[in-house]
Amino acid sequence: MTLQFNDETFRDDYSFHNSERAIKRFPFPFDKDSYMYAVNMEQHRGGPSDSIYEKRFDVDEHYVSEMRDRAMVLADDPLRCQSLPHMTLAGWDLLELIMVSKSEDYPDLFELHRDGDKWHWVNKPLGIDDHFTFMDGTTLPYGPMEYITRQTQGDFCVLDQRDDNLWMDAGTITTQADWSLDFDIGMNFFEWHAPVPLAHEKGIFVRALKFLLNIQQGAPARRLNWTMTVNPLLDTSPENYHKWGIQKTSLTPENIGAKQHLRVELQTFFRLPRSNALVFPIRCYLCAFQDLMTVPKWGRRLHRVIRDLPEELATYKGFIDNRPMMLDYLSKFDDGLPTSNGIWPEIDSEPPLKSD
Amino acid sequence: MSGAEKITVRVTEVTSLNELVTRFRFERLDGALLPTFSGGAHTVVEMKDGDVTRLNPYSLMSDPFDQTAYTISVRRDDEGRGGSLFLHNSVRVGDEMVISNPVNLFSLDLRAKKHLMIAGGIGITPFLAQIKQLDRAHGNWELHYACRSVALGSYVDYLTSTHPNDVNVYYDDQEQAIDLENLYSGQPLGTHVYVCGPKGMINWVRGKAAELGWPREAIHYEEFLAPQPGKPFEVKLAVSNKVIQVGEQESLLEAMERSGVDAPYLCRGGACGMCETRVIDYTGNFIHRDHWLDDEEHSSGEKIMPCVSRFEGKTLVLDR
Repeated sequence: MTLQFNDETFRDDYSFHNSERAIKRFPFPFDKDSYMYAVNMEQHRGGPSDSIYEKRFDVDEHYVSEMRDRAMVLADDPLRCQSLPHMTLAGWDLLELIMVSKSEDYPDLFELHRDGDKWHWVNKPLGIDDHFTFMDGTTLPYGPMEYITRQTQGDFCVLDQRDDNLWMDAGTITTQADWSLDFDIGMNFFEWHAPVPLAHEKGIFVRALKFLLNIQQGAPARRLNWTMTVNPLLDTSPENYHKWGIQKTSLTPENIGAKQHLRVELQTFFRLPRSNALVFPIRCYLCAFQDLMTVPKWGRRLHRVIRDLPEELATYKGFIDNRPMMLDYLSKFDDGLPTSNGIWPEIDSEPPLKSD
Repeated sequence: MSGAEKITVRVTEVTSLNELVTRFRFERLDGALLPTFSGGAHTVVEMKDGDVTRLNPYSLMSDPFDQTAYTISVRRDDEGRGGSLFLHNSVRVGDEMVISNPVNLFSLDLRAKKHLMIAGGIGITPFLAQIKQLDRAHGNWELHYACRSVALGSYVDYLTSTHPNDVNVYYDDQEQAIDLENLYSGQPLGTHVYVCGPKGMINWVRGKAAELGWPREAIHYEEFLAPQPGKPFEVKLAVSNKVIQVGEQESLLEAMERSGVDAPYLCRGGACGMCETRVIDYTGNFIHRDHWLDDEEHSSGEKIMPCVSRFEGKTLVLDR
């Protein structure tokens, strides 16, 4: 299928929108009617046709506009992209992984031609056609990690592995759910997860770290995470909280369907071969409540999950104050019918919403 | 499926280096390129020796950037359970074999201002790949390599001719020994130490560093343990609901696999922690041989690493 790229914004007039196709492939994160933390990892080896799981690095209709938004964030705040000196080799690993994956998975959009260390990269959607020498940073306009992550949707944490721990030693972070690379740079896995409630007590992070340390070359893994965002903002960073935090008070019963977005992260994990580092791409997908409600199963389930979520989690995810208004809105889409297991929309098999 | 991804390869060279060590070269059967890797990585080689399948880890010694072939060097162990003997006696050029994707438990710390490498005997192999990696990045390194004799000094000629200023060789039979205390005291701040060799050498290098106040994180070591033979014993696997016998010449992990239990594993040498298994009940004594569990865990009777550890006694029930 030929992709049509949207011309849209994630700031100011918020012209971001999902096509019907994008709604159907939205990664709804709840596989049952309740939610609690779990190390919900699975192998990242494809998935249903046209799902966000199908390719190693999903490219969708928002690609060109998201890259434009990233360039604006980096122009305002260069510290959103940092790489400690020992992470350059991992940056080349990442560049190779993405170029090889995208040129194989989307041959009509991306091309990679290699002759030894002389590489030729063509990115048609962004109009890039560059010749460079692999492992020679002077032949690229940016460092290798910054170069390729300016052309790839999602945030990228590049983690060094040593002392049986992972270290946040490089990354490009412009579409984050309220955490800061500049604050976390150099921290280990337990340090950067310290603010998360409940999960430490459940031993989640000890088990998750053990799993991640053992991720092997050629065997990537993935999981979904989620939060809530008012207005389709990619950049919900602590650095800019003064700009976006106040927008959470702009919700009304009339505008909540359009303004309130479920924010889902597709988190993947790849072992990088030359450096033995781990790359952790965090891909953000946004969907307005009113678009989610076009899928009856998701309408029923989202109401039940948000209603029953522990208070600590609603606080940590930043929507405790708006939860009553959300529930007023969502309850209209929950007719009490049972839902099927799994995250998929099941439009053909789930009954439409019963009207009163 | 347990373990790292598999690659089917053909043996394209078998080279005898000396009376104990033989080098094997593997190329992909389908002619495609092998994955790149990082210096210090190993591959797990599958050996079908009659009815017995052995999976042993060997350090990759070839250039990590060379995707046309992997090479390993194997020291014959006449006392062991037969993995190295099988490779030495039965594997020929042209044979098909299955190896795993590279796994690295002995990675360079790329923050190091200098890499100080200490090798004993066949422990030289991971350093050969690390040196290739560091040379490409103009890294600062120095190697101290102890061998039994000139005749058994694998790759000494290659190393001293290509890096005459960075390689120091010590021969046991000439009573040459690494002057470790002096060596440590002359290192610049930010030096990381890497040791691969027999257990005694690893303990000596780590112990001396601790004594002199080196940070624990700056000392890296790798010792693959081959599972040792032992008295047969019986195990009850609670989850699979099976009672299995572990033979004299097989490991607990191998006995589980032989019984059709898909137990997790990675290195099969007591180092990675992947096969850690909970003990539900026991009457008897554990023979712990791994590097993964600490002393407290070893004495708790709550965990066992079935790749290398054994048991002697009446009852053992595992959560597997």
